[in-house]
Amino acid sequence: MVQTYGKKPTRMGYGDGLLTLGETDPRVVVFDADLAKSTTTDWFAEKFPARFFDAGIAEQNMLGMAAGMSLLGKTPFVSTYGVFVAGRAWDQIRTTICYSKLNVKIGGMHGGVSVGPDGATHQALEEITIMRVLPNMIVLSPCDYHESYKATLAAAQIAGPVYLRFGREAVPIISTPETPFEFGKAALWRDGNDVALLATGHMVYHALEAAEALAGAGVNALVLNVHTIKPLDEEAVLAAVAQCGCAVTCEEHQTTGGFGGAIAELLAKRRPTPLRFIGVQDRFGESGQPDELFEEFGLSAHFIVKAAREVMQAAKK
Amino acid sequence: MELGDLVRMARQIRRDIVTITHVAGSGHPGGSLSSADFVTALYFHKLRHRPEDPHWEGRDRVIFSKGHVAPVLYAALARSGYFPVADLNGLRRLGSHLQGHPCTCTPGVEVGTGSLGQGLSVAVGMAMAAKLDGRPNLFYCVNGDGELQEGQIWEALMAAGHYRLDNLLTFIDYNNLQIDGEVEKVMGVAPLADKLRAFRWEVVGVDGHDMSALVAALDAFPRNDGKPTAIIGRTVKGKGVSFMENIAGWHGKAPNDEQYAQAMRELADPEV
Repeated sequence: MVQTYGKKPTRMGYGDGLLTLGETDPRVVVFDADLAKSTTTDWFAEKFPARFFDAGIAEQNMLGMAAGMSLLGKTPFVSTYGVFVAGRAWDQIRTTICYSKLNVKIGGMHGGVSVGPDGATHQALEEITIMRVLPNMIVLSPCDYHESYKATLAAAQIAGPVYLRFGREAVPIISTPETPFEFGKAALWRDGNDVALLATGHMVYHALEAAEALAGAGVNALVLNVHTIKPLDEEAVLAAVAQCGCAVTCEEHQTTGGFGGAIAELLAKRRPTPLRFIGVQDRFGESGQPDELFEEFGLSAHFIVKAAREVMQAAKK
Repeated sequence: MELGDLVRMARQIRRDIVTITHVAGSGHPGGSLSSADFVTALYFHKLRHRPEDPHWEGRDRVIFSKGHVAPVLYAALARSGYFPVADLNGLRRLGSHLQGHPCTCTPGVEVGTGSLGQGLSVAVGMAMAAKLDGRPNLFYCVNGDGELQEGQIWEALMAAGHYRLDNLLTFIDYNNLQIDGEVEKVMGVAPLADKLRAFRWEVVGVDGHDMSALVAALDAFPRNDGKPTAIIGRTVKGKGVSFMENIAGWHGKAPNDEQYAQAMRELADPEV
């Protein structure tokens, strides 16, 4: 069994991170676009009302206002659903924020199909791709509540734009407040030498579950928690892959151009290796319960196990 | 700067616009020429800035939301002393700090612009930050009339009214021409003043080529009345160069050698 400590949505790690920043960093201001309860920025709003701005349902202007705030020395965190910020305000993020390398942090909630019943329009599946392609942008995808909290605090210390990806559903907490988190450094969460499971976001939990199942069958899977997708910790990924000779990427996101795409680019350049991709395969999401959707979209641990076996075979292991 | 000097400076800036787009072989002279008088009044009469210290905390900020008028911005910055006038010849060349559209690589440029409709939001955010900290800086934006067709502009106008940003002024270069033709035929923005007032803005209409009117409109700002200010400047695209005036085709085209020579004759300072 994978060691867990209850369940909590990762977006709450963001909300609590902002509360801490409210106390510790007077530069921090928070924007939301009429979703403050859902993004949990209402906690910050209640405690620091003068530093909270509801932009209304107007995301593009929200990004611009945050850009302006950053130019006067503030550290704005803009918050809404991933589809409405990464998608709808992409050109604002690209041309106003990234081109001028402005110190704007973007909290994108509701990443993945686990959003559930709201369906495709609200399930962000493309943000990793369209954020990581932007020069100057940093992309963080924490695995659980505690890591989300730490990533939010870390984002405030980074000079320049940061995209943080969070989920809606309560997901297993697999770390503790003491677990080290270092921005830019992938964390080896389980060592192994048969297959490398490279995971991001709460897919780290499912990868750990898959690794347990594989261990039962005598396969030693390595699990690497890649919370920083950009800049990618290339050396950690290459070391994991060198040790195992094959790999599976795990993300709750389109694999095309996403986390899997980032790994594939790296391996093609530096160490061509048999690779399989767990993630959404060029489809829109659907309404349903999160666990049903994890089955429907091939994201659950048993799919990772199957992909691991396939890729080991391809690598002639 | 005295009124007569401002008029002379505006002419100089027009010559710069024509010259540098000619040298570059591309660029946007039309809207640069239409906004040249306002930009001159702003930079050489109203703005509190220190060109030798572009990051001075106390400076007022200017955002060119219509970023394609980079030529008038660069000319104003160079003539203000942000960088040598000779740099202007590098416009649009590889390695130059004078990119085709504004970039923070140029001293005096606060933020990159060029994708229309985005700059006003940035100015709004800056004005909000100053309010939050009780800072006295003032914030200026330059918008095009065609640019007002972007939805984000109305989001920004709404926010500025909502947050009562009386430390914010935008100049709308109302030349009624955009690339595809007359603004009112392409996608009408009239009645502009009524719309802006409905968004809780103070609206001032001026002849955008009347230097004394521009100076007076700027001098009336800030009003400290809880309302952002919009100066709607009635302007002529290509103003000052006869064959460019009111021709949409001069939005983004550089003059050839012959046209350049004629434009420079028309923009010469009168004999005293």
